[in-house]
Amino acid sequence: MEVFLQQLINGITLGSIYGLIAIGYTMVFGIIGMVNFAHGDVFMTSAFIALIFLLVLTTVLGMSSMILALIIVMVIAMVLTSLMSWAIERVAYRPLRGSFRLAPLISAIGMSIVLSNFVQVAQGPRNKPIPPMLSGGIEVMNSNNFAVTLSYKQILIWVVTAVLLAGFWYLVQKTSLGRAQRACEQDRKMAALLGVNVDRTISLTFVMGAALAAVAGTLFLAYYGVVNFSDGFVPGVKAFTAAVLGGIGSLPGAVIGGLLIGLIETFWSGYFSIDYKDVAAFSILAIVLIFMPQGLLGRPEVEKV
Amino acid sequence: MADAIAKRHGPDMSAAVKDALLSGLIALGLFGPLVGLRTEQNMRNELVVQGRWGLLASVIGVIVVGRFLLLTLVWPAMAARKERAGPASETPSAVRQAVSRWFAPTSLVFLFLYPVIIVSLLGFQGSLKWVDNFGIQILIYVMLGWGLNIVVGLAGLLDLGYVAFYAVGAYSYALLSSHFGLSFWILLPMAGIFAALWGILLGFPVLRLRGDYLAIVTLAFGEIIRLVLINWRELTNGSSGISSIPKITLFGIKFDASPDGFAKIMDLPISSAYYKIFLYYLILLLALLTAFVTIRLRKLPVGRAWEALREDEIACRSLGINTTNTKLTAFALGAMFAGFAGSFFAARQGFVSPESFTFMESAIIVAIVVLGGMGSMVGVALAAVAMIGGTELLRELAFLKTIFGDNFNPDQFRMLIFGLAMVGIMIWKPRGFVSSREPTIFLAERKTISGSLVKEGHG
Repeated sequence: MEVFLQQLINGITLGSIYGLIAIGYTMVFGIIGMVNFAHGDVFMTSAFIALIFLLVLTTVLGMSSMILALIIVMVIAMVLTSLMSWAIERVAYRPLRGSFRLAPLISAIGMSIVLSNFVQVAQGPRNKPIPPMLSGGIEVMNSNNFAVTLSYKQILIWVVTAVLLAGFWYLVQKTSLGRAQRACEQDRKMAALLGVNVDRTISLTFVMGAALAAVAGTLFLAYYGVVNFSDGFVPGVKAFTAAVLGGIGSLPGAVIGGLLIGLIETFWSGYFSIDYKDVAAFSILAIVLIFMPQGLLGRPEVEKV
Repeated sequence: MADAIAKRHGPDMSAAVKDALLSGLIALGLFGPLVGLRTEQNMRNELVVQGRWGLLASVIGVIVVGRFLLLTLVWPAMAARKERAGPASETPSAVRQAVSRWFAPTSLVFLFLYPVIIVSLLGFQGSLKWVDNFGIQILIYVMLGWGLNIVVGLAGLLDLGYVAFYAVGAYSYALLSSHFGLSFWILLPMAGIFAALWGILLGFPVLRLRGDYLAIVTLAFGEIIRLVLINWRELTNGSSGISSIPKITLFGIKFDASPDGFAKIMDLPISSAYYKIFLYYLILLLALLTAFVTIRLRKLPVGRAWEALREDEIACRSLGINTTNTKLTAFALGAMFAGFAGSFFAARQGFVSPESFTFMESAIIVAIVVLGGMGSMVGVALAAVAMIGGTELLRELAFLKTIFGDNFNPDQFRMLIFGLAMVGIMIWKPRGFVSSREPTIFLAERKTISGSLVKEGHG
């Protein structure tokens, strides 16, 4: 019971991070039908941006309040990562819109290689550890000498994720930008005819996805305390799995899928074998796609002749 | 209106300056933290940031000047040239047709003469690097590209986990030769068969999937195989890999310094170059086998069925083609050639580890196939030469150290440039290097058509 509860807490934390990344995949796929392969590396790069500004704030400027520093860093990372994602879309994807189907996918794979190797060249190949921050937590339960703790970092991740998702939900459901986005998702040509600026909407989709990935990157850095240039690929694929599991194109689906993947991963490593936890995640991806390609909340794809 | 003004007065200078400065500002945002501030561990293992403002300033300077030149010189010149050339026709010109006819035979002759040329120019010792790092390395990727071309280019099934079959081939040879002492010539077909079986095994569940979903599931399978290779330590020795894999022999003759080795029998001075040249011809023949089989199969019903499947799966099914068998044969044959290449790879390296079979390798092979122009054999070979040879060449740029200082290591930019080239080539030529195709079936007269008339498949 104690182990179960602890794994549940850990799983929700991990799942929140996956869910935040998964939204970027699901929105881009929904609007232009493309798997943005570079999204995982955008997430990794945002963690590096957060790392650099965290170091600047704490060691160079001598800021002592960790929470304040984290919030400032998160905002900076969101802005810069959005800018990066905007530039990537502009340079590598927009010229290929309307081209044949594989071209943007190859371009995205190329961009993913560029991002991870750029960070490797610019920041070095070694792990980047930061000193532990926000240590301590709340003891939820203590029996049989096994303390179930909910650490402050985990609370921070839960709160930030919940607040951002609520804000994001409002943005997509209630604002004109969200309406334009949903219109483009349904029929891009018709939306353009009705006066929606399609290019701008697609750019903003990339920007929003990247901003959420930057939040995930900052939280990832704060939670694990270490980041490496190769950290983009596996979380990226898992977040994509989450998006597919929830039903690609569906925003609540991405969050639910993220939580499920996080829970499955932590329970798998808690009860079975930690070595094969990635195998479990990849197997779920394959099984879901084979037996339930529309996911939990997605619409089935109908092929017309 | 604006265009007309721009034509009369040349490019708008003030707008170009503004645009260049804006891109400089964006570049500052993109590269400012990552290039300008480097995180390093100090003596107490704490991370500290170091400013690299000079480097940052030069990066941004290059971008601003580059953008300005693009706007004022390059793009207007390109637009003018396009205007003069008129609309591009769907059929390539006669010169191009002649080039494409003679290119393949000429390069084939060159490939057979390549080691001879290199040895006569540089001697046996000097030839090592050029035959091994360039010749063999490129030919392995040519072979993998041609193998994957069956799956992606002909059948239109996007496979992002192709490296898994390469790994199956490599580990089959590594394990069976070191445990049972079987020879390469027995294990080569066996590795191909094993890989083909895995191709069918992994092909079965994904038959219903199409497009990007298929790509992602194959990626997942590729990663699962790699993770199993890492974690099944009893069999595969985990991430430390299998070493001292036996070398290939030629009719029982070993390529070493022993009394009955190749050098002693032929009465030649001892050198490792003979083995490399032998390996070169072996992989050349294997690659040509792949090409030969592909070309022949395109004329058989199964090859026609692949191409029909790529063009329209529903029409294909309604005409009575068994799409299950068609897809599975494509997977199996593609996997078989990867298995051949894998066993050759294991024998050549003498060492295999899961590190050689990452997703990056799959991405490189897919990139070669797509950049070459899917379905075009010559294009795939050209792309392999350009991408693999080009990145290998970067290892040779040691002279740059004299310009940028001793800490400058051109090797680390290899994959960065590879990725940039992938993006750049896709934008420049979305249909790949060779953008014309020879249709397999034609009415009355064979003529080359544009690649954009060929579908890329949905499945």
